[in-house]
Amino acid sequence: MKLDDYIHNTAQWLKGVGAHSDIVMSSRIRLARNLTTKPFPSKANKKELNDVLDVVREAMSAISYFKASELFKINELDNVDKQFLIERHLMSHDHATNPEGKAVLVSDEESLSVMINEEDHLRIQVMQSGLNLDESWKIANAIDDALSKKLDFAYSVQWGYLTSCPTNTGTAMRGSVMVHLPALVMTKQINKVLAAVAKLSFASRGFYGEGTQASGNFYQISNQVSMGHSEEDVIQNINGLMRQIIEQEEQARQAMLLQNKPMLEDKIFRSLGILRNAHIISSQETVELLSMVRLGVDLTVINNVDRKAINELFIMIQPAHLQKIEGKKLTAAERDTKRANLIRQKLGGQ
Amino acid sequence: MKCDLCNKKATVHLTEIVDEKMTEMHLCEDCAREKSVQMEQQFGLADLLAGLADFGKQSKEKESVVDLKCENCAMTYDDFRKFGRLGCGHCYQSFKPQLSTLLKKIHGSNHHFGKTPVRIPKEQRSKIENLQDLKNQLMVAIQNEDFEKAAKLRDDIREVESKGQ
Repeated sequence: MKLDDYIHNTAQWLKGVGAHSDIVMSSRIRLARNLTTKPFPSKANKKELNDVLDVVREAMSAISYFKASELFKINELDNVDKQFLIERHLMSHDHATNPEGKAVLVSDEESLSVMINEEDHLRIQVMQSGLNLDESWKIANAIDDALSKKLDFAYSVQWGYLTSCPTNTGTAMRGSVMVHLPALVMTKQINKVLAAVAKLSFASRGFYGEGTQASGNFYQISNQVSMGHSEEDVIQNINGLMRQIIEQEEQARQAMLLQNKPMLEDKIFRSLGILRNAHIISSQETVELLSMVRLGVDLTVINNVDRKAINELFIMIQPAHLQKIEGKKLTAAERDTKRANLIRQKLGGQ
Repeated sequence: MKCDLCNKKATVHLTEIVDEKMTEMHLCEDCAREKSVQMEQQFGLADLLAGLADFGKQSKEKESVVDLKCENCAMTYDDFRKFGRLGCGHCYQSFKPQLSTLLKKIHGSNHHFGKTPVRIPKEQRSKIENLQDLKNQLMVAIQNEDFEKAAKLRDDIREVESKGQ
């Protein structure tokens, strides 16, 4: 599939299906792997990086999981293309810099992506809609096994998989869950929740990845520790934590409905009203309003809007996406107009 | 005393030492909170790792650590401390004692309990199987609160692990 074709695609993880999909957007497993024969990317020269890319491509070509997928070399992409992949959560910001020898493989369903020569030689990422780390792990584990039949991975008996950064050593696995917690934010309980998350050695980040602030009431919660526990134990721990957070959010939602339904409905419908009628809108405002509309859909306060459409909009309203849709470069002011048009079109506005 | 940044009552007193120059700051609770957020943002992962890697080291020991170098990729331990990234798989051998301490500080453990690669040298494979067996026994001993047996198993695990990689 060509890069531009992904704009017409709904990534599997955005479909708004699976367990707890009213609160959990997606579940992701990421594994880091390095080849024994080459220095890690930050220490490798141009030739070594390209050798890694060749060896990995060769190994992947014979594995069925990679059949319906496309590999993009980063140095063949322009800035909008790179930003487009980042916005679709298929690669990291870091992967867009120093493009030599770097590539990203993306499956047609966008549930699988592999970054080659990012911080580690391989970063395998599997994403699923809803709370479904188990399935993500099952797939990532099988892919890792298939690759491991063809490639020798840097591994120590005592320390497990060896990674560029010691914070990943061991399982080299990061499980993360993206949750939408508007009620915990509105009832001002979110800081308590996040403090508890941190105390249990889990990290929380914003919707748009590492180093981003939470926006649109989305939080990405992941394990910090990668040594001393098996992959399954870590996943079980995240699942346990998520169940509690989901319960808290559900309670907060019900409490708001019970205590002040008119206020909540007003907030939700005003948000929908602005989105359906605005002619100029910033991405920050959009994300905040979309969050309220999503809550409305999840509480069945709004009935004629599809959750999938809302999920997709969170991705589509970003700068590179708007420019891909338009097929040309847009200034910030032009994007604000284009964004408003797109939203009105998707949400059936004026 | 009034807050240095606004006019509220200062309740937090901060002493900063930058390049051996000491500055004092008196802040109210709100400004202090803001300041601490700013400080956290400046404080990157590399600093954190460097701090952990340095922690508790005597100055004499520090000097010998500075000269450490990986014979495979020529990465120095000093560079690792600055950038927080290792150069190759062999660095883990080259800096084994230092990393052992560091990994324990980061993860609370320096023993891998997860999966193993499919393709792996034969002698490593039998060692892994042996270790996994010992680790399973250790879990059972801990669950049964048989701490004498657990301590022995722990020593056995350390011995097997210490015989190279």
